[in-house]
Order: sequence, then structure tokens, then C-alpha cells
Amino acid sequence: MAQVSFEGVTKCFGETAAVDDLTLSVTDGELLVILGPSGCGKTTALRLVAGLEELTEGTVSIGEQVVNDVDPKDRDVAMVFQSYALYPHLTVAKNIEFPLRQRGVDKEERATKVKRAADTLGLGALLGRKPAQLSGGQRQRVALARAIVREPLVFLMDEPLSNLDAALRVQTRADIVELQARLSTTTLYVTHDQVEAMTMGHRIAVMSEGKLKQVASPQSLYNRPANTFVAAFLGSPGMNLINGMLVESGPSGTEPEGAPGPGTLCVAFPGASVPLPAEVADFVRGAGPDVVLGLRPEAVHLSSDGSIGASVVIVELLGAETHVICTTETGTRLIVRQGAAAPRPAIGESVRIGVAPDPQAYHLFDAATGERLGPS
Amino acid sequence: MPAEGTAGTTENTGTFVVTDLQPPDETSPPEPPAPEAQTAAGVPVPPRRPRRKLRTLGSYAMLTAFAIIILFPIYVTIVNSLLPPDQLVRQPPPLFPTNPQWGHYATAWTSGSMSKYMATSAVMTAIIVVGQLVTSILAAYAFAFLHFPFKRTLFVVCLATLMIPLEVTFITNLDTVTSLHWFNSYEGLSIPFLATGFGIFLMRQAFLQIPRDLQEAAQLDGYGHLRFMTRVAVPLARPSLAALAVFSFLGAWNQYLWPLVSTGGSTPLYTVQLGLKQLLGTQVSQIPVALAGAVIAFVPLVILLLIFQKQLVRSLTAGAVK
Amino acid sequence: MTTVTAGIGGVAEPAEPAGVTVSPAPRHGLRTRKRKEALLAYGLLLPALVLFGAFSFYPFFRNFKLMLYETPPVPGLPAHYVGLHQIGQTLTSTQFTQSLVTTLIFVVLVIPISLILGLALAVAAHRKLKGMAIYRMIFSSTVVSSVAVASVVFGTLLNPVVGLLPWLGINPNPPALESTTWALPAVAVITIWQFLGLAFIIMLAGLQSVPDELLEAARIDGANAWTRFWRMTVPLLSPTIFFAVIVSTIYAMQAFGAIDILIGPMNAVRLHTNVLIYNIVNTNSPALGNNTGQAAVMATVLFLITLGMTLLQMRFLERRVSYAR
Repeated sequence: MAQVSFEGVTKCFGETAAVDDLTLSVTDGELLVILGPSGCGKTTALRLVAGLEELTEGTVSIGEQVVNDVDPKDRDVAMVFQSYALYPHLTVAKNIEFPLRQRGVDKEERATKVKRAADTLGLGALLGRKPAQLSGGQRQRVALARAIVREPLVFLMDEPLSNLDAALRVQTRADIVELQARLSTTTLYVTHDQVEAMTMGHRIAVMSEGKLKQVASPQSLYNRPANTFVAAFLGSPGMNLINGMLVESGPSGTEPEGAPGPGTLCVAFPGASVPLPAEVADFVRGAGPDVVLGLRPEAVHLSSDGSIGASVVIVELLGAETHVICTTETGTRLIVRQGAAAPRPAIGESVRIGVAPDPQAYHLFDAATGERLGPS
Repeated sequence: MPAEGTAGTTENTGTFVVTDLQPPDETSPPEPPAPEAQTAAGVPVPPRRPRRKLRTLGSYAMLTAFAIIILFPIYVTIVNSLLPPDQLVRQPPPLFPTNPQWGHYATAWTSGSMSKYMATSAVMTAIIVVGQLVTSILAAYAFAFLHFPFKRTLFVVCLATLMIPLEVTFITNLDTVTSLHWFNSYEGLSIPFLATGFGIFLMRQAFLQIPRDLQEAAQLDGYGHLRFMTRVAVPLARPSLAALAVFSFLGAWNQYLWPLVSTGGSTPLYTVQLGLKQLLGTQVSQIPVALAGAVIAFVPLVILLLIFQKQLVRSLTAGAVK
Repeated sequence: MTTVTAGIGGVAEPAEPAGVTVSPAPRHGLRTRKRKEALLAYGLLLPALVLFGAFSFYPFFRNFKLMLYETPPVPGLPAHYVGLHQIGQTLTSTQFTQSLVTTLIFVVLVIPISLILGLALAVAAHRKLKGMAIYRMIFSSTVVSSVAVASVVFGTLLNPVVGLLPWLGINPNPPALESTTWALPAVAVITIWQFLGLAFIIMLAGLQSVPDELLEAARIDGANAWTRFWRMTVPLLSPTIFFAVIVSTIYAMQAFGAIDILIGPMNAVRLHTNVLIYNIVNTNSPALGNNTGQAAVMATVLFLITLGMTLLQMRFLERRVSYAR
């Protein structure tokens, strides 16, 4: 069994905590992506599992064993570095063979395993070359071959695709997913690219400033982000986040335009009052007045009876879709995603933005903590 | 609905037992970290195992041992320079001066002529350093920014001088210097060294780092070569300039062979290095004075090293690391 | 109305006055500009080239001429041509062959020891411990020591009366610097100590150029510290080691001052410390050998040996440093 788990792990460099009280479990055979912007601590977390950094507090376990004090070479993990870290003075074959030599595997077995790993990654013809003579994609495959040849308990991958050009990246992404599925080895994969994360991970752990923000399947993260950070990070273009107040529309005169009737809970901000569907309102009634309303660009549309007034700033034509970027009277930017066929507004035009009636489209977060309001 | 994660908590993966690293057949209870880790996050684990601390201590011990071995000769020199002659001959020699004879330094400076030697060295070194900087800047500027026929050949020629060793050239240079009436003079001491292939190489590297855009912008602003050189190129190349200056200084100050053969006669123009040879007599009483002289010669360079360590390393490793 | 085009050379090219057809002025302008640039370049190079010509190349080539002429016993008298005879005479003289052997022993003593020690120091200092900067300063400090300082320092240490050896119980008789067996090793120790700072600096720079990630990858792949050092660090360090060997060769072949200060021309031969360069200087000196011709021959030999060793090392190490880039 090769689960990996972090229990209350903190790693400080001087005064700063690069990883702050991380508790996370990776199931055996899972490909868990650790996603976050640069400096969020994801690479540090990976290096803690590898044993290349010593943690300040907490425990890291691989399988059933706490490995805090275990030397990297005894942890049975394999790592693919961002820069591949191929041994420049050794041939491809010797690079792949290296981990086996260190473990005292005998010559014949080494040769078989190297051949198998090389064939899996299509490196058969390159075995005699040195890394300097290989292309970026080829070097990456050598790094992968070196990692799989040992059949370790855990794969650790530190942004392995970031040095490849776009086309190669797409191809290699699929190859890695396929490889991992075939080998069923527990894998921790670090990246800052959300597309990689969404397409590759069984689950994604989102980190920011050393803290774990949320860990869930890609779709759950996208549909039910647990806080404003995750909400804004995933999705391209990112979710529209609007600061506002929860008000109840009633006969007291705060009746917004087009409101469905008194007693409806709305999110009000200058220039608009967005009524919340009943299911959503039920969950957030009673929460503090200051909230953040999150609406994905594809969940809003331009409509003459929309609840938000804004003016168009930019219209981006992307071929298959159009992004209409508007600002409200307070300067809040809203992006509306519409199909190529939908009528395009002119720049400067005043428009009204409406929200889809689907309760799933509404995301509400506490303005102070950024946490999601209501049950998950 | 499938279980979903919320902020800050982990998915339920089932419990697993955290054991310590002792072999399975030991029956001793697990070490403190394990149960603590299972219960609360953020509880500190005990400090790193002793073996890691031992390793660090071992490193420090080794480093200190090395440092002592290397510094020992200097330390002994300083101590001995302060000992009165009777303490000096004692066996074992004292490792700390209880009665420091600062007078030795005064003697070295005056009757030992260290002041004169230092002055001579200072003047010679200053001339050489300035000369090398100027000639290197001028030549490197030409190689880096100008286009002219035979550029590559001439550059190779400049580098080739590095292959021509002192032992071959000094013979003729001595004749040349003598026939120019420069024997035993500052001219004789310094002029042969006013240009250096290494300096040209280093400064050319530095100038080549200056982006083309900057040159073209200066060109559009109407800068002539002289202004570009003095206002832009040289200031930007300051780190390399400092490195070269330190390197030249060291080379010139510590020279032995050439000053030896090119000075002489009744009032020889001795540099510090030659002067030290004079101070080293055979009488025991002279020894502390000679040592004081050595310390006087050495100390300015150590100060130089302390201030300019980075530049010095830069120039010394210019060929070592690609 | 004239228009002025100024390039970075500040060359002003007046255009033709209005009303006159423009002749191929631009092409002339470019050529003149190029010529001016070349002139400027040669002007800038002139000081360096003159100095190199006078003090490097001229002596180098004249050396060959000197080899072929017998030196007159008194300066001013004409030297007469003896051709290869002098070369043969010098090369077969016992003084020369002895100095060759002495130099060889000296070089063998100095180079490996200084490089190994330099590497050991660099490895020790290549850690992220507190206070490492101080240790590095100390280890590199001998780079600023001059030959004279080192000689005075060690000369005193080895002095039979006030030195340290009696304290350690070693009482060599005759004292180290007057002993036929120990004089050369003593000089070697002085040279090693003095060179150690530079060896350390070079090796440390090399160690710092080995990417950390490679060693981390090796660690994860199961290599222990010993393996990492011998199979990773050392091979990757080979360009640096190569550079260090060349520098130390040149250094050792030119080590001269310590012998002059501590042993002196009178005793050098007797005490087997007459390395080639010392031999050359003394042979040339009017007060001692007064034989410039022979000195020139020996200087050429020294030059060829150093050049040869450098080229050999380049060939040998080129094969092993083949992975670079």
C-alpha cells in the first residue's frame, strides 16, 4: 500500500512558513495534483515527501511508515524534476540504469528493466546518446524512464511539462496520465497550470501561501469552490467575484428592479441587486450582511431584464466564443461569456447582465473569511 | 452524492497506523511523535535526531581543524614578531606573547626600511594597476564595439601573450630595460607590465555584455565613442574593472622575479618582497623584526581580501567555470 | 543649407548645397566612416600592442637568436655565432639535467597535493552551515600571500633555533633548510601552502557550478554520499580540475622566490633545490653564471615543457570532458 499523508506539516525557512499546517492524504494509486501560484508551497510540499527538505513540524508518511527522518534514498520514491536533472556525463541508458545500480540490482536484471522502461517511453533508439544531444521532449522522457525503472512506491513530479512547448505539452500530458493509470503508482504532481490540473488529476489540492485551500475532484473544485481563492483560481476566464450585501427585499422600499417579490433575499451592490433563488437563499439566510457573490462568466448573459447594470469596456472575439468585459458603476469588472452567434454589444454601450436561474450558478462567500457560505 | 472535500480538511481515506522506524520484532512502545501526530496538527515533533546534530558538529570540527592548520603559520609569525629574543629561543616557544614587543614593528619600519619598501611597492603597483586598467579598457573597447580588419587575428595575438612566460622574456627585457637606462628605476619595474592579455580578455567579456540596444540608443543620442566609453561602457563594466584591479594589484605587489633581476646596484630600489629578503638575517635577534616586516607586508593584502573577496574570486575563476 | 549626419564616430558629412545634383556621397560617407572607425580601433589598440611587441613578442623571438650566440664574458664585446653547439652543450650539462630532475620532483610533489587539499577544503566549505563565509575567507586567505611572506613565515617555522620542529621533537641535523634531502620538500610545502588559497577558490567555484538538482536526483536514486561524490561531483568537476591542473603546473614550474630567499644561489645546487627556473636566472645573472646564451636555451626548454604539459592535459582531458554542452 502506498498512500502518502501529511499530518500537520509545517516547514519554515527562517521566519516564513513555506508550508503551513498541511494535512492531506493521497490514496494508493491516485494521481493527486498540487496546484497553486508560484510561492504557494507546492514544490516544498513535494520535496518534503522526497526527503530533500526537513520539516519543522508534523509528520509525513509513505505507506504505513512515518518517514520524517528517513533518507531520500531509503524512501522508495522517484522524482521527476522540472529541469529533468539528467546526469550530463552519462548516456541515456546509464541514466536510466543509475537507480538500479545504486540498489545493487545485478547486471542482467538491470539490462532487462532498462530496456523495458526505455521501450515504454519510446527511447529505444536513443540509449547511446548523452542528454546534451536530446531535444526537450526526449529529455523529459528519459527523466520519466529513470523514474519508472525502479517501480517505486510513489512518483513525485515537479512541473515536468513547464519546459516543453505548447504542442508537446498537450501530447505528453496525455502520455503521463496513461502511464500512471497503467502502472497504478501513487503520484504527486505539482503544477501552476490549471489546465494540467483539471485534465490530469483524480483530485486536486489547491494551495496558496503555504496553506491548503481545498482538496477535491476537479469537477467539485470547479462547481463548488470552498473559498474565493479556489473560485477565482480555477476557470478561464476566472469567476466574477462581486462584493455586496445580503438584503431582504420587502415593502420597506428597498425593492430592486424586476425583483420577483417581497421577502426575497438579494445581494445588493451599487447599481444592482441580484435576487437569489430560493434554494440558495435558504442556505445563506442568517449569514452576515457582507458577502461576495461569485458568478462564472458562462453563468451570466446579456439580457434586457438582467439584474446588474454595467457598461461594456472590451469585447474579445475568440472565434468559438466571445468575452464581453464590462464594468459596473463602482468599477467592478464582470466578464460575460457568450457564444459566437450571440449579438455583440458595442464598446461603451450600457447593458444589463442577467444570471441563469440555476441555483448551481450562484456562489456565495463570506466577505471577511472568503469561505463558502452554506453547506458544501 | 460522492464525498467532496471542503477547505482545510482531508478526504477520508481510512485510518492507518503510524509506527516508528524500529524493526518489526521490537516490542518497545512507539516513539512520542507517532501518537501526537495522529491526534493534533501543529504539535511540535521533538528536535532532530542526535545523529544529525553529530554530523553538523563533525563538520564544524573538521572545518576548524583545517582553518587552524592553514592559519597556524601566520599566527606563529605574529606571535613571534612580538616576542623578546629570550622568549623566542625557549623550547617550547610560547604561543602567546606575554610581553608584546611592539618596538619590533617600529624597527622594521624605520631601520628595517619597511617604510621605504612599502612606498616603492606602492608606487610601482599603482603605476602597473592604472596602466593595465587603461590599456585593457582601450583595447577591449576596440574589440567589443568597433569593426576593423584583422580584428580576430589581433585578439588572438593579445591572448597569445599569456602563453609567453616570464622566464623566457625576462632575459631580453633585462637587456632592453638596461639599454633604455631604466635599470633600477620605477620605469624598469613597471613599464613591461603595463598591458596584459588577461585584462583585455576580461574587459572585452564585460563590454560584450552591454546590450546592443544601449549602444544604438547612445548612437541616436549623438554620443561619440569617447563619451560612450567613459559615460556608459566603463561604468557598466565596473564589477569586471574592480576584479581586474584587484587581480593586477595582487600580481604586481607580490612579484618577485622581475624586481629581483631589474634592480640592483648601490642603492637598489627594493620592493617589499625583496626587502623582506634583506630583513631575514641569520641572527636570532633579527628574526622578530623580519617577522614584523612580513606582517606589515601581509596585512594590507588581507584587508584587500576582506573588502574585495568577491571581485578577486571573480577574476581568478574567469577561466575555470564555463 | 547643409545637413549633418553624425554616426557614433562623430563624423559629420556635409551634403551638397541645394541645387546641385547629389553625387554618390552616401557611399563615400560609409567608406570614410569605416576607415575612421578602423583608425580609431588601431589607435586604441596601439598602447597594448606596442607593449606586447616590445616586452612579449620581441623577447620571445630574440630568445631563439640568443640560443645560437655565445655570450661574451664582458658586455660590450661582440657575441659570435656558435649555432646549435651551444644548445647541445647546455642540454647535456649535468647542471641542466640535474635541474630538470629537481623540477620534475618538485612538480610531482606540489601539484597533486595542492589540488587534493584544495578540493578537500572546497568540499568541506561547500555546505550551508552558519559562519561558512568566515571559513571560506580563511581558506582562501593564502592567495594574497606573496612568495616572500610565505618564505619568511616558513623559514622561521623551520629555523633550527626558534622554529617549531624542536618543539615537536624533531631535531633534524642538519636543519631542514640546509639538508640535502629535506630542502626541496620544505620548499614544496611552502609552495603548496601559498598555492592552497587559489586551489581552494578554483575548486569551490567548480563545486558551486554543479547543479544541486543533479545531486538531489542522485540522492533520490539511492546514491550515498560517497557515490555521489565520486560518480557525480568529480566527473562534473572535470573542467575545473583541468583548469586547476594547468594553473598549478604553470605555478609550480615558475616557483622561484622561496628558493632564492631561503636557500640562495650558493647552496641551491648542493641542496638539490636548483629547479630549472632558478637555474635559468642564475645562469643569466652577470654576477653568477653570466651566460645569457645558455640561459636562453634553458628558458626555451622550460617553455616547451610547460607548453607540452598544458597541451597534453588538454588532449587527455578533452576526451573525458566530452559531455560539456
